[in-house]
Amino acid sequence: MRPELRELYQDVILDHGKRPRNFRRLEGATHHAEGFNPLCGDRVRLDLRVEDDRIADAAFQGQGCAISTASASMMTETVKGLSLEEARELFQRFHSQVTGQAGNAEADDLGKLEVFAGVQEYPARVKCAILVWHTLLSALEKKPETVSTE
Amino acid sequence: MSGARQATPHPPQTAAAGPAGSARAGAATPPLDVAALREQFPILRRRVHGKPLIYLDNAATTQKPQVVLDAEMRFYTEFCSNVHRGVHDLSGRATAAFESARGKIRRHLGAADDREIVFVRGATEGINLVAHAYGRAHVGENDEIVVSAMEHHSNIVPWQMLCEEKGARLRVIPINDAGELILEEYEKLLGPRTRMVALVHQSNSLGTVNPVKKMIAMAHAAGARVLVDGAQALAHHAVDVQDLDADFYVLSGHKVYAPTGIGALYGKADLLREMPPYQGGGDMILSVTFEKTTYNQIPHKFEAGTPNVAGAIGLGAALEFVSGVGLERIAAHEAAVLEHATRALAGLPRVRLIGTARDKASVVSFVVEGIHPHDIGTILDGEGIALRTGHHCTQPVMERYGVPATVRASLALYNTREEIDALVAGLRKVIEVLG
Repeated sequence: MRPELRELYQDVILDHGKRPRNFRRLEGATHHAEGFNPLCGDRVRLDLRVEDDRIADAAFQGQGCAISTASASMMTETVKGLSLEEARELFQRFHSQVTGQAGNAEADDLGKLEVFAGVQEYPARVKCAILVWHTLLSALEKKPETVSTE
Repeated sequence: MSGARQATPHPPQTAAAGPAGSARAGAATPPLDVAALREQFPILRRRVHGKPLIYLDNAATTQKPQVVLDAEMRFYTEFCSNVHRGVHDLSGRATAAFESARGKIRRHLGAADDREIVFVRGATEGINLVAHAYGRAHVGENDEIVVSAMEHHSNIVPWQMLCEEKGARLRVIPINDAGELILEEYEKLLGPRTRMVALVHQSNSLGTVNPVKKMIAMAHAAGARVLVDGAQALAHHAVDVQDLDADFYVLSGHKVYAPTGIGALYGKADLLREMPPYQGGGDMILSVTFEKTTYNQIPHKFEAGTPNVAGAIGLGAALEFVSGVGLERIAAHEAAVLEHATRALAGLPRVRLIGTARDKASVVSFVVEGIHPHDIGTILDGEGIALRTGHHCTQPVMERYGVPATVRASLALYNTREEIDALVAGLRKVIEVLG
């Protein structure tokens, strides 16, 4: 396989794509939002439980490709414990990385989310990785409507 | 790429000159010389990610043979001018070439009169034109428009918009598990309120070829008009609109080896004559004063503004190319490759074919259990294989089969069994990598 593809489909991504973490309905959620990518039909429903301006728990459901499922899985793991402000800031850094705008310093801050750096070589797949993050922003703003990446 | 190859002074007689084009349709129809035909498509020499391009996305758009590129280039290099206006030499030549292209489309569709051919941007615009100009005049409150469950969004949404405006109802012909229309249900849908049946000739996502001739007769018996969406069918079947008795037939040039941005609407002359214009502007009028404008004759009444002259000429060249190769031979070749593909894919583990109609052509749609089509598409792209993943603008079909998307390989005359073998090898790799 081409090295760029190996970079995109890293083992961590394949693992989260096949066995997503936090893949469930969250009881007692305080925030939720739905994301939809009309281009490929990916759908995600994100539930958050926010306590004292911190994300106490996060879970998702939906259907999508390996990239979008892994992104949702790893995002829900990563944002737990973050303040709302930190979560928004993380969105910005993740967005910069997958769209190829990040400097190295920023990418270093992403920890295990760095595995998504390979997405920037695949412009058609950026939306797959970013969908759940847009859904996160929408949930935090308590917008009731479905977000779309289009 | 050599888009600017020396233009020939006269349009070629049959585009597939040489071994491939030497046999006319007749008793003996030797198989296509695919290698010679491939030579005529410059893009097929390309490599993608270091691999030879295997282009299996022909239902989205087909590649263009050199004769079509030359025909467009000749317009721009030899007689570029506006049509139907100037008295100067170039304008005369441009007008003659443009109108000659109309004649080629008329012949290809078996229409009776050049005036029944309206140039549009593509099938989508053709449908919108009919929905707007014919539909608004003939569809009223509580009337019904019938579409099928396998329509492309372009043959759903314009009718929905019309229904919404007029208070009419959209009725849908269901499909069975194989992806065939259920004609008994269709019969029940037809009634005194049915004004229009809008029907795809060949499905872009399932490959199903619908029995349009029979379905048109059924609609006519109920007093309804029929629009046939021929966007997919035209590159794969001989079409005769008079034999079908279609009231309207729309096509997109780019799906039949012609440039993008050009297509045609066929309409029966008496229907086109009584229809109001679609858009207002130049060329669609006979005289204009601020008090009153008199509209032009058909087909010009529907062709406001400067048309896509180069595209129309390219479309004419493409249809000549296709008939030069011979649609029967194209269909036989594609059917053999399709059968090979169907058999090979069905033999792969976890592959489920979507669309297994008895009468189908040029399309094989499938899903692989546990692997999303987008991941398959990305990995196959790495092998130089271009195919389509997604809902193919037929979301109701995806819903019918309970899948968000499919992988679709769609064929053209230049595809080979070896390319299908490469696809199958690529899929084995996908399954290995993504498990």
